[in-house]
Amino acid sequence: MVPIRPSEITPEHIYLSRRKFMLGLGAAALLAACGRLPDTPEATVMPEGAATSEALSTPRPTPTQKPDIKTAFDAVTGYVNYYEFSLDKEAAAILANESLQVSPWTVTVGGLVNKPRVFDIEEILKFEQEERVYRMRCVEGWSMVIPWLGFPLSRLLKEVEPLSNAKYVRFQTLADPEQMPGLGDMTFPWPYIEGLRLDEAMHDLTLIATGIYGWSLRPSNGAPLRLVVPWKYGFKSLKSIVRIDLVEEQPTTFWMAAGAGEYGFWANVNPEVPHRRWSQANERRIGETRRIPTLLFNGYADEVADLYPDLTNKDWFF
Amino acid sequence: MMRTFLKRHGLKLVIHLGALVPAVVMALQLARGSYLDPIRQMTTASGNTALALLGLTLTCTPLARLTGFRAVLRVRRPLGLYTFSYAALHLLIFAGWDYGFAWDLLIPALFTQRFVLAGLAAFVILLALALTSTRGWQQRLGRWWKRLQRWVYAAAGLVVLHVLLLSKTPDKALRYGIVLVLLLVLRWVPARPSAQGASSAPVTKD
Repeated sequence: MVPIRPSEITPEHIYLSRRKFMLGLGAAALLAACGRLPDTPEATVMPEGAATSEALSTPRPTPTQKPDIKTAFDAVTGYVNYYEFSLDKEAAAILANESLQVSPWTVTVGGLVNKPRVFDIEEILKFEQEERVYRMRCVEGWSMVIPWLGFPLSRLLKEVEPLSNAKYVRFQTLADPEQMPGLGDMTFPWPYIEGLRLDEAMHDLTLIATGIYGWSLRPSNGAPLRLVVPWKYGFKSLKSIVRIDLVEEQPTTFWMAAGAGEYGFWANVNPEVPHRRWSQANERRIGETRRIPTLLFNGYADEVADLYPDLTNKDWFF
Repeated sequence: MMRTFLKRHGLKLVIHLGALVPAVVMALQLARGSYLDPIRQMTTASGNTALALLGLTLTCTPLARLTGFRAVLRVRRPLGLYTFSYAALHLLIFAGWDYGFAWDLLIPALFTQRFVLAGLAAFVILLALALTSTRGWQQRLGRWWKRLQRWVYAAAGLVVLHVLLLSKTPDKALRYGIVLVLLLVLRWVPARPSAQGASSAPVTKD
């Protein structure tokens, strides 16, 4: 595997200024062409404290077979799974961007910790933010390459001081029927719950994202803060977090409860282990035309494989 | 004269024009780049269109039997052929655009994924029905022709299975399944006296 060279990635100050120009151009063209862009990117504001270029560290190279090309901004923000809004990917993005109120916002961090605390979103944005270019592999068989802004979850967890009997972290997405029409679908066990083992949560790759492409997160991507765990299938990386609890027992996640035995807790990417009904051997990169092979741990095996003893145990990939 | 033309051919005109609308919409969306994930969205759009047209095709016979409105039997064949056309487009996008006709990927994709197998089986049936839909084949096959054409229900069942196997949640497939069962049950409802023999009217009759 040849890692992408830092020189192949546009420095952020250049792409930021170029983006502003391109976004304006793109938005104008799109609006002129079809008038279906719900919210022009110019309306997006940089998060306080994340806007300064000093706060951004050097983009981290993504381990991959060939240089990753960042997925287009419009696809990353306009094509999402956000079932709280709609089962349709484009409709979900439009509805979320129209109606999700991301301010004021608080995140309650508690459970088995020394210092339980309610964080205001402004306090979350005061954590030093850096850019991470990660691959995102959806369990449905498609993938993207996304430049996130954020900080390792471990820094947030260290603030609240997990107790020694805390073994897992349980995350919860906002579930407000006033804002989220999809919650009316009673076949799902709302709210959206996800979980990680504590050492997975403390891993340096595990990110709390607050921004995307140098901008603050769009509601469609899970504003104002979301989880990003790049070596697991995308559904583990839950959006719009309102609650984080340190717990002793493995949490039952949304998809474990909803998926009729088709989704497990670990959900680590592995091309050799198919989903119950479809293959995971290759993937479609959004914006590219040829299928590419899926990699073990989504290409992050060097970093995370030692979290899992005995990789022949297929449970890790279910 | 215009009125008689519309009375004779109005329904067919609506079917022929209506069936082209999804293709035109897809082409326009693609041309102006408004698909964020063109491969998946075109696959879904062509598949959904084929499914809707299949539903309409299967509605013709019960509708004629229940209402005595026999004109619908004359659009059954074009509806069936449009169903086949969109199914063929659906398969072409999957095999050609998504997989680039890479057989080393397509063969495993077929045998490791039951939704592909179910979809392909449905397509093979639709292909056989489309090829034998001409008046010539109808005469050659005689009474076997009707038995063959009834395989359309097997194809529809396989399509429901196809949707069930590829979806994250089963609700969409369940809705289609209920509609299919309903259409099948309606075949057993006695025909209205005025429409006696409606279901045995030759499909190709123009």
